[in-house]
Amino acid sequence: MTTTAPAEAAVGETPSGAAHPHPRRPGRIRRIGLPYLLLLPALLLELLVHLVPMVIGIVMSFKELTQFYIRDWGTAPWSGLDNYKVSVDFDAPVGEALLHSFLVTVAFTLLSVGLCWLIGTAAAVYLQDTFRGRGLLRALFLIPYALPVYAAVITWVFMFQHDNGLVNHVLHDQLHLTDKPSFWLIGDNSFYALLTVSVWKGWPFAFLIVMAGLQNIPGELYEAAALDGAGMWQQIRRITLPSLRPVNQVLLLVLFLWTFNDFNTPFVLFGRSAPEAADLISVHIYQASFVTWNFGTGSAMSVLLLLFLLVVTGVYLLLTSRGRKPAHG
Amino acid sequence: MRRTRAAAAGAVTVSLMTLVTACGGGSSTSGGSNDSPKTLTYWASNQGASIEVDKRVLQPELDKFEKQTGIKVKVEVVPWSDLLNRILTATTSGQGPDVLNIGNTWSASLQATGALLPWNAKNFAAIGGKDRFVDSALGSTGAQGQDPAAVPLYSMSYALYYNKQIFADAGITKPPATWDELVADGRKIQAKGKSALGAEGANLSENIHHVFVFAKQHGGDFFTPDGKPDFANDNVVAAVKQYVDLMAKDKVIPTGDAEYAQNQSVSDFAKGKQAMLLWQSASANLKSQGMSEDKYGIAPVPVQSGTPGAGTQVNSAVMGINLAVFKNTDNIDGAKKFVKFMTGDAEQKILNTAYSSIPPVKTVQGESVFSSGANAVLKDTLATSAAALPQVADESQFETAVGTAVKDLFADAAAGRAVTTESVKAALEKAQQQMPTK
Repeated sequence: MTTTAPAEAAVGETPSGAAHPHPRRPGRIRRIGLPYLLLLPALLLELLVHLVPMVIGIVMSFKELTQFYIRDWGTAPWSGLDNYKVSVDFDAPVGEALLHSFLVTVAFTLLSVGLCWLIGTAAAVYLQDTFRGRGLLRALFLIPYALPVYAAVITWVFMFQHDNGLVNHVLHDQLHLTDKPSFWLIGDNSFYALLTVSVWKGWPFAFLIVMAGLQNIPGELYEAAALDGAGMWQQIRRITLPSLRPVNQVLLLVLFLWTFNDFNTPFVLFGRSAPEAADLISVHIYQASFVTWNFGTGSAMSVLLLLFLLVVTGVYLLLTSRGRKPAHG
Repeated sequence: MRRTRAAAAGAVTVSLMTLVTACGGGSSTSGGSNDSPKTLTYWASNQGASIEVDKRVLQPELDKFEKQTGIKVKVEVVPWSDLLNRILTATTSGQGPDVLNIGNTWSASLQATGALLPWNAKNFAAIGGKDRFVDSALGSTGAQGQDPAAVPLYSMSYALYYNKQIFADAGITKPPATWDELVADGRKIQAKGKSALGAEGANLSENIHHVFVFAKQHGGDFFTPDGKPDFANDNVVAAVKQYVDLMAKDKVIPTGDAEYAQNQSVSDFAKGKQAMLLWQSASANLKSQGMSEDKYGIAPVPVQSGTPGAGTQVNSAVMGINLAVFKNTDNIDGAKKFVKFMTGDAEQKILNTAYSSIPPVKTVQGESVFSSGANAVLKDTLATSAAALPQVADESQFETAVGTAVKDLFADAAAGRAVTTESVKAALEKAQQQMPTK
């Protein structure tokens, strides 16, 4: 369309212009304007749902916005870069707490994404072969992904209870792995509780995507490799993983963004005040904004987080696209 | 094509401007109007054992109001966990209810938003006058020196609930009056294999209510007289340490309670697993869990020495629910009529009986139903030995910051880590640093 349109336009126009309507003009407008018209609702929604709130958030981050101005936030005084300075002053309490929360989130995200990918890939490879009961196992593996997040996480809350929880019952009462029942929802162990729930909830997605990726690897490759004497591990290393590379690139990026921003899991697990060991940045920003009513500082933290994720995503895409052959190379 | 582009850009710009204008303005109306005189929306806080229970209690009364005035009240019972955020959202958007319940400790914080109707002399006159309400309840309706931001609806105070059978089995003849006695009784109870005292270690609000009372008993305050946070002064540190030490040192609170935040300690008490509970107006809750009133006794919360009273003998915060009106209501006259109805003698008796709370209205408080049994202790506490939580704009933030510090200290105690004066002071200093400085 882009190559033919100018030529058509040239044919359709006359020196006199509007002297008489060109018979082909309505069709031309329809043809060229229609795509834009069809895009308009999506564009408007995108503006309303994402861009406008984002712009408002950025504006708020430059304001001294507390409960005194929340009713009419437009009148809140400008504070310049103060909110940003407070957020990144790592020697002061607000910045120090934000840095701590950021580091906890990075560690949590790396571990969670790594484990999700590992378990999901192992399960997908395992279920690649046809065997009796494979369909049932596939369905079972997907249950955590299909369950509503709130219901699933609240069930974990019950299981992590100190006195009556299933986790302590198994670890302490039955397997005698701990000296005394552990606390999972408060204190240092809360990090592992959060990680467990996150991995339990996240690996089926990795499983699903990797399984789909595996369908596209021709079976002949494995047959040829087997004939050449390659064992299972060599087949995985030489055929499966390289073939899955494009799938994994997208999968890891999506898992990273979801996990880094995960709010539901820690909020349902710990409530509005997460233990220090499991103080993820999403809940931390929520607390700064909606619990301590420092909306300006909370907005500044959100903008900083957005910038960080943009940089990470950009670098990741740059690195993973390096060496990729063009489609019509 | 250029025209199409221009139209699209125009539509986008207009919608953008509309939205920004809508978002940016909030509400600019300041005194309410009477544009919708026949309806009111009311957000009721969850007072009963469940939201359904609340609806069953409130609906007949709202029907009565409609019959009297012709105004239909659409009620929504909002869980406590959502209420503050819902109010905040309504404040920002200007699209809130006409009338709403607020926790009385939030009064000054919400007053600072400017969204609530101030109860000046004229507005109070419309509901029968300020003098109808008891002073302790009025003390939790907003910052000092300003017109109240709300009107008291239900009053409550903390008391010590104790299981008569467990006390008898342990050879204890009367409830403890001091903390030393409570610890000594707790040891006797534990020797009989029962848990002594329940707590909600991970519930920020519960933590605040208790450490506030301990601070009063130590002669300390969390805020300076001019409203600045002063969380780590020696008296407050001693108070917080004494409360956490009930688990860490005295061991009368079981370590498992460190993660309680959903009223599990009330269930433990109702099931007879635990001998004592510090709670506010627990009767209805205990009854709904199958514990009849003859199974437990109720006594004043212990003090350091002597008997409860003013000053360092304070043994409860003034707890309760206030009724507020959103300033930008479309039915200002109806809203005032509704407040008058809800705080009227007849409704006060019905509602406070249903919720086992104490009426903040003087004429009703004197009725025999509120002067006997459990209610007598609660009423006496409110009248003589309860103090209002700090009525400062940052009260909500204070609840979170200090409540979290106490939660973390309980977590340390539960994990067997030492809770020392230094560690308590450090936790409170950190909490203070998290308070807004502007």
